[in-house]
Amino acid sequence: MSNTWPLWEVFIRSKQGIHHKHVGSLHAPDEEVAIENARDVYTRRQEGVSIWVVESKNITASNPEDSDAFYEPAKDKIYRHPTFYDLPDELKHI
Amino acid sequence: MKENLLLDYLLQLGDNALVLGQRLAEWCGHGPILEQDMAITNISLDLFGQTRNLFQYAAKVEGKGRTEDNLAFLRDAIQFKNVLLVELPNGDFGRTIVKQFLYDAYNFLNYTALLNSTDKQLAAIAEKSLKEVTYHLRFSSEWMIRLGDGTAESHQRMQTALDDLWMYTGELFEMSEVEKELVKTGVAVDLEKLKSDWSKKVREICDEATLKVPENGWMQKGGKTGVHTENLGFLLADMQYLQRAYPGQQW
Repeated sequence: MSNTWPLWEVFIRSKQGIHHKHVGSLHAPDEEVAIENARDVYTRRQEGVSIWVVESKNITASNPEDSDAFYEPAKDKIYRHPTFYDLPDELKHI
Repeated sequence: MKENLLLDYLLQLGDNALVLGQRLAEWCGHGPILEQDMAITNISLDLFGQTRNLFQYAAKVEGKGRTEDNLAFLRDAIQFKNVLLVELPNGDFGRTIVKQFLYDAYNFLNYTALLNSTDKQLAAIAEKSLKEVTYHLRFSSEWMIRLGDGTAESHQRMQTALDDLWMYTGELFEMSEVEKELVKTGVAVDLEKLKSDWSKKVREICDEATLKVPENGWMQKGGKTGVHTENLGFLLADMQYLQRAYPGQQW
């Protein structure tokens, strides 16, 4: 049975205002059941207030072989981090 | 006298939740796939939570020092007041779903009506339980539709289960003497008033599931007065074993 059901990726928003975060995957025959399964498998301990599911085959991923070209060039460009500014004390959560 | 009636009614509600919860717990580790295994056992745990609320209140109403655990583990089958439907064996996953759906549709309406109970504590328990039961009904409805309108084999299994279980649905709306008395004071639900909404919901889901709603024929009953099928004894033997073999044992 599980062999024929497609795989879905599950994203959970832990509370209002926070973004959805990938939490894992599961099997389900269609999107409604995928949402219900995600509710039953991934929100049993009050982990979430909102669920997204997307069939895994619809996700396009970067190729690990490209990692040198993709990620290496950023390594020596530390000036892109916003750590060279003096932040006012009133500014929180940065 | 009024306290005894209320105690009886609370046990009736609590026993339904406890026995069905125990049945569903039998699926733990045996579900067709992991996701469904967890879904079924989540529902089981919801029902045990509802049982605890009802039994704690029942123990308080009785006021004779019995606890929720005494009520669950130290009563015999003849003292249980659950409807026969919930004690029937699970069968395959499809049959479990049909049984669950027929009960959920009733349970949803019953708790909805209990929101207006003149007993404030019971109304509060209903409010908490209803959120859980709303999900149970959604879950079992979706699986009725998918398995009913699934393959030829799943359709046939669902239709057979529906035909077999139908004779146990009449009891859901059969008022016990206790219920008749408590309806007068607005404590209990007038089950007669739920029946048309229940039939409507069952027909709606069965239509979508391409299942034929059976004709109303002769109906089984007896659970509410303690006259059970042989299945309850086996279920209780399993559930009560530890407390019977080692009285007072704790975690």
